[in-house]
Amino acid sequence: MTDQLEQLLQSAQTAVSAATDSRVLEQLRVDLLGKKGSITEQMKQLGTLQGYERKAFGERINKVKSAVSDLIEARAKTLADADLQAKLAAERIDVTLPGRGDGSGGLHPITRTINRMRHLFGELGFETVEGPEIEDDFHNFTALNIPELHPARAMQDTFYVMDAARVLRTHTSPVQIRTMQQRQPPIRIICPGRVYRCDSDRTHSPMFHQVEGLYVAEKVTFADMKYDLQMFHSRFFEREVEVRLRPSFFPFTEPSAEMDIKDEKGRWLEVGGCGMVHPKVFEAVGIDPERYTGYAFGMGVERLAMLRYGVDDLRLFFNNDLRFLEQFK
Amino acid sequence: MKLSENWLREWASPNATIHEIADRLIMGGLELEIEPAIDTLPEGVVVGCIVSTEKHPQADRLQVCGVDVGTGETLQIVCGAPNARPGIKVPCARVGARLPGGLEITQAKLRGVDSAGMLCSAKELSLSDKSDGLLELDLNAKPGQPITDYLNLQDNVLNLEITPNRGDCLSVLGLARDVAALFDVNLKRPNLPAAVVVGDQRLRVEVEDVETCPTYSGRIISKIKTTARTPDWMRERLRRSGLRCINPVVDTTNYVMLELGQPLHAFDRDKLRGSISVRRARAGEQITVLTGEALTLNHGELLITDDSGPIALAGVMGGMDSGVTEVTTTIFLESACFAPTAITGTARRHKLTSDAAYRYERGVDPALHRTAIDRASQLIADICGGEVHPIAQAGRTQPDPISIRLRHSRLNELLGHEIPAKTVEALLARLNIVTRNEVGGVWLARIPSYRYDLRIEVDLIEEVARLYGYDDIPARPYAAALAPSRPPEARRTLDNARATLCARGWQETISLAFVDPSMQTLLAPDTASVKLDNPIAENLSAMRTTLWPGLIQSWLHNRQRQIGRMRLFETGVCFADQNGTVHETSRISGLAVGTAVPEQWGAPERPVDFYDVKAELTALFAPDDAEFRFEAASNPALHPGRCARILRGEQVVGWLGELHPRVVQQLDVPQVPVLFEIDWAAVATTRVPVAQALSEFPSSRRDLAVVVDEAITADQLLDCVRAAGGALLRRAFVFDIYRGEAVGNACKSVALGLIFNDYSRTLTVEDIDAATADVVESLTQQLRAVIRQ
Repeated sequence: MTDQLEQLLQSAQTAVSAATDSRVLEQLRVDLLGKKGSITEQMKQLGTLQGYERKAFGERINKVKSAVSDLIEARAKTLADADLQAKLAAERIDVTLPGRGDGSGGLHPITRTINRMRHLFGELGFETVEGPEIEDDFHNFTALNIPELHPARAMQDTFYVMDAARVLRTHTSPVQIRTMQQRQPPIRIICPGRVYRCDSDRTHSPMFHQVEGLYVAEKVTFADMKYDLQMFHSRFFEREVEVRLRPSFFPFTEPSAEMDIKDEKGRWLEVGGCGMVHPKVFEAVGIDPERYTGYAFGMGVERLAMLRYGVDDLRLFFNNDLRFLEQFK
Repeated sequence: MKLSENWLREWASPNATIHEIADRLIMGGLELEIEPAIDTLPEGVVVGCIVSTEKHPQADRLQVCGVDVGTGETLQIVCGAPNARPGIKVPCARVGARLPGGLEITQAKLRGVDSAGMLCSAKELSLSDKSDGLLELDLNAKPGQPITDYLNLQDNVLNLEITPNRGDCLSVLGLARDVAALFDVNLKRPNLPAAVVVGDQRLRVEVEDVETCPTYSGRIISKIKTTARTPDWMRERLRRSGLRCINPVVDTTNYVMLELGQPLHAFDRDKLRGSISVRRARAGEQITVLTGEALTLNHGELLITDDSGPIALAGVMGGMDSGVTEVTTTIFLESACFAPTAITGTARRHKLTSDAAYRYERGVDPALHRTAIDRASQLIADICGGEVHPIAQAGRTQPDPISIRLRHSRLNELLGHEIPAKTVEALLARLNIVTRNEVGGVWLARIPSYRYDLRIEVDLIEEVARLYGYDDIPARPYAAALAPSRPPEARRTLDNARATLCARGWQETISLAFVDPSMQTLLAPDTASVKLDNPIAENLSAMRTTLWPGLIQSWLHNRQRQIGRMRLFETGVCFADQNGTVHETSRISGLAVGTAVPEQWGAPERPVDFYDVKAELTALFAPDDAEFRFEAASNPALHPGRCARILRGEQVVGWLGELHPRVVQQLDVPQVPVLFEIDWAAVATTRVPVAQALSEFPSSRRDLAVVVDEAITADQLLDCVRAAGGALLRRAFVFDIYRGEAVGNACKSVALGLIFNDYSRTLTVEDIDAATADVVESLTQQLRAVIRQ
């Protein structure tokens, strides 16, 4: 009888490890451990035995039974794992195919530059202010100490509209005038925006962008202006930028200066103008020039964008060639 | 303005190279470039004297010249110039010479005749762009002298760009004054002998208004020869300043203007009638000026007249009839001071440019006229001979002195840097500004007559800063007086909108704000555009009333570069002429064309349509998108059946639709873009979120399929559902549309999803059934909907 059990166990081992799917394995379980299974059949012989023999045989059968049961369970797990592996393998996708839908668009490099400038000046407490692009003579010229017959007007080639009653603003300075008319100091603003000059060639666009700044408060000095402009350029270009202020003339500032920066090749490049707000400008907007002083500056956005991003042709900015624009995503 | 370096150094010569001088001037506020007086110096070219000429035996046009070059022997040189003749002095390139163009002169045989050199024209020496013969030199030029020495060719030209405030620098004297100040050296005053008066003829001169013409002076110089030759030294300086030689009288007036800054004018005395008067023009008076143009004058323009009428446009240009010619023997030489305000604008109005107007508009030293007329008289007498007569003068003799108060404290406060009082005084002294101390750290500064630009305190502060050096005023970190704003959170910014569109695959563009009026009329015929009075070109002559022309142009530009799919957007101001008033609106607009998604493996290819772009707008309007309605309407730019106007409340805030087939046809492009344009101000307002309580109870969904007439819109259905759904209906939406035989012609079946929920309890089936029944009833009655079972 013992041998018979031994044989049963051995043949069960062989059969279980040979089972290749869960159905076959289930049939094996029924054949071995089911109500009429061969191991269950062996249990029936227990009734024919007595005493010590009966006890020993019982223990023996139970051992075989649990061994077979373990074998089947282990095999079942192996088969389930294999099934899952097969299923997963069948579900594999090509992860290198591109995703569906749109990629990202992008900002125009001029917007990108203005945003950077606004951010850098914003951190220094400059609020962004905007104003109309078609201006009257007062805000674009007269209030800025540019009287009608002054030769300084010839410095700017102006577009006129409405039978010369209005102009396309030649700078964003009128926004400074409007702000000073509306508020009392301290005023600390930048005015980004589009400006127009009647000039079109390789290095001039009839429309371009400026960021102008204005700081008016008590005891604002030329030295303060120098500090802010040096600070700005070094931050904008992320390197120590040497800034040179070169005496010049603008009707709306005094002392006035052209603003040059030194490029990495050691050449001076003009990037804008600046100066201390002229007392006549303060008088035009009703700010007491004895109590308050201020500085103003203006920078060309295209110029800075060209230097920052290595653009060598101004015209690229306004023909909207996607091959160019998409480089600034 | 161009000036010779050598000329400048006669007046001020710091111990510095020309480039050091240029750098200092640049940092002193005078922009300039340095150019050599001549590209390459000629080598081996000397003054030669033609002593004989013979016809070339073989060639009609050539002459065989004997040339004395100071060596004692006479060189034989073959020459083809028509003006070669015995007695004249000309540049002679000897054998071995090298001309600026690189030509080397060798012993040559020309048509069989030996030639030991070459006689040169101005062009061959790079002194001129063209020439019609040999360059004739002064008759007293010494044969053998190197031409570079004789013409002083080792020189540079300072090409100056003077800002409008610095009219005082528009001369050798003026520039030298600033050089002397910047380098702290003395101004050298070359001896300028005044002419000796020998005669006693005078013209009577009078000035109507000393405010417009503070001083007018003039004198007669008689018995002159205008056929005399302007000497080489003067010719060369004029050439270096870019001026043409005309006749010795005009050349001298130009020379003195360049030297001292005083414009002068010479009239032919014999053409003048009676006395000279400076007065304002009456409208309609006429004058023909030196350029030959006949001008009709405007009221108030300043004139020089004689008894017959206008003889010059004061400070701008002389009249043609009274100009100096080769037959002139007596001149009336004018040296006057006109107020800038009396001159400014006259030249521009008559489209004239003149060196005189350029200077008078900026201000000419009112104390200079006497020195200048004496200097010019002497030069004319030297060159043309003649008798100099006394000066006749009207107006003031000397300008009133001007003084300005300068506070030391103000100077330091404005600059943010302490400049000691002694330094300030010394710097101002260099500019010939004499300071006198008053009490309390105040100076009374006396301004030289030529500094028209110094009138108020800050003008002096700028002068001190400029001489002190902007570089030497240290930058100073400071505590800013802040004026922090309160940025409203309930405002959507254009930055937000740009970021949203960029993240969704749109590319920003920037177009010129002036557009082709014909394109604009096609797209927006009902909006009056603002026209430029002075456009650059006809196709850039109207200010845009919509951003679409720019977007369409960008689309076509890229289409021509094989890009078929694009999503472009632009933000910017649009302009309209509303009954003579300019109206500006900030807009955001877009154009989508090509496939709905980029061409790829995993999505069916279909062209972008109305609904693709509508979803973008919904994203743009979030979280207020529910406030916006899209309503069928017509727009001349858009497809009449595929176009919506966008409303927020009752206000039209924008448009969305396919480009009108008519426009597409005109553009001749086989693609149809979808366009949108939104008035930004209407969209910019949003709200600060207010948190709502969340329901802790489950929601339930009911779906309805309703058959309605094609004309019933989704909005009509949903509005009806929402109105009837009661307080428990949280959300209603369309999730399918079916058209086909099963629902009949001209009808559609719309599947609606209804979500019910309550905050205080779980809804029962009865609750939901009742609410759904209300919805069904309303749909049936109001929209004649049939419920599909």
